[in-house]
Amino acid sequence: MCTVCGCGEGETTIEGHSHSHEHSHDHDHDHDHDHSHSHDHSHSHDHDHEHHDYGQGAAHAHAPGMSQSRMVQIETDILGKNNEYAALNRRWFAEHHVLTLNLVSSPGSGKTTLLTRSIDDLKDDLNVSVIEGDQQTANDAERIRETGVKALQINTGKGCHLDAHMIGHALESLQPEDKGVLFIENVGNLVCPAAFDLGEAHKVAILSVTEGEDKPLKYPDMFHAADIMLLNKIDLLPYLNFDVEKCIEYARRVNPGIKILQVSATTGEGMDLWYQWIKTTQQLSLIG
Amino acid sequence: MHEMSLCEGILQILEDNAKSQGFKKVKSVWLEIGALSGVEIEAMKFCFDAVTRNTLAEKAALEIINKPGLAWCMKCSKNVEVSQRFDECPDCGSYQLQVVGGDEMKIKELEVE
Repeated sequence: MCTVCGCGEGETTIEGHSHSHEHSHDHDHDHDHDHSHSHDHSHSHDHDHEHHDYGQGAAHAHAPGMSQSRMVQIETDILGKNNEYAALNRRWFAEHHVLTLNLVSSPGSGKTTLLTRSIDDLKDDLNVSVIEGDQQTANDAERIRETGVKALQINTGKGCHLDAHMIGHALESLQPEDKGVLFIENVGNLVCPAAFDLGEAHKVAILSVTEGEDKPLKYPDMFHAADIMLLNKIDLLPYLNFDVEKCIEYARRVNPGIKILQVSATTGEGMDLWYQWIKTTQQLSLIG
Repeated sequence: MHEMSLCEGILQILEDNAKSQGFKKVKSVWLEIGALSGVEIEAMKFCFDAVTRNTLAEKAALEIINKPGLAWCMKCSKNVEVSQRFDECPDCGSYQLQVVGGDEMKIKELEVE
């Protein structure tokens, strides 16, 4: 992968995106022979050297006999490349007034079901498009397309998360409509997607009541990164020993500002508030 | 977390800097890793060795500068040290903490030739 995502090198496929990822960065290893003329200077010390001579020990310490190494301060963020791509995506979203939501959860939390129901209920009012991230198969994108909206599948291969560069390419093919809502369904994983900014407006964490109520404590990075949490499958609560209050308390411990909605994508309970949040946030994105 | 992809990212930064700063070999890499960054240091070292094989950073030493997790306690009105995001304030026990430091993942410095 050409950004920070090494875990899926050469494995990532984006639907409708035929060319490989080798184009954008040139990996040519130039061998510049700056020092080939250095012998000219060895016996003429009466003029200033234009170039730094690192042949006499570490930089700033020209002690004889020392190695030729020098120190370079680079102060570079390891995720800097991804963040640059994310900033480009964010700018594109702002210019086109597209509200982008990055849906994150563990596998099996009901993300795709929640998404298809949301699309069915929202598509008359909003221009919805979807980017689906999974390791393999285009099943989810097909499920989404059955609702009649544009969807594009990214298969990350061995990768455990989507990154901003993949999203940039996906936008070229998907072409979300202006003033719409773009859902990005991330790879089911509560760990890695937390660190990778895609340029989205908000991360939406989905937690189902069939999981443990202490998930926010077990995976604090994700619940810290999310702005809103949907507690899904609440129609199953009568059959489970899931402590909703405790779960909410744990989530707020990790992220005091997180919004929490209790929903059931199957029965539709609580979904109205979720739609209201999307519509209000989308209205806000039209301003400015 | 995803140390392999982070190491791929580090290698790319090294290669970019080799071009812009004119060096051919990296002998040591100093990383600044915060306690709240989610990076597993041992996994990072393992992946770094694997990723840098046959590159300009082969056999480079990986030095880790650990940064403590730091959070602002609203009740105490001061910064306190935390080791996890959901820690309570060590002084007053409040959970009203805002993490202000310790999530960095940075390449600080290189020794090159």
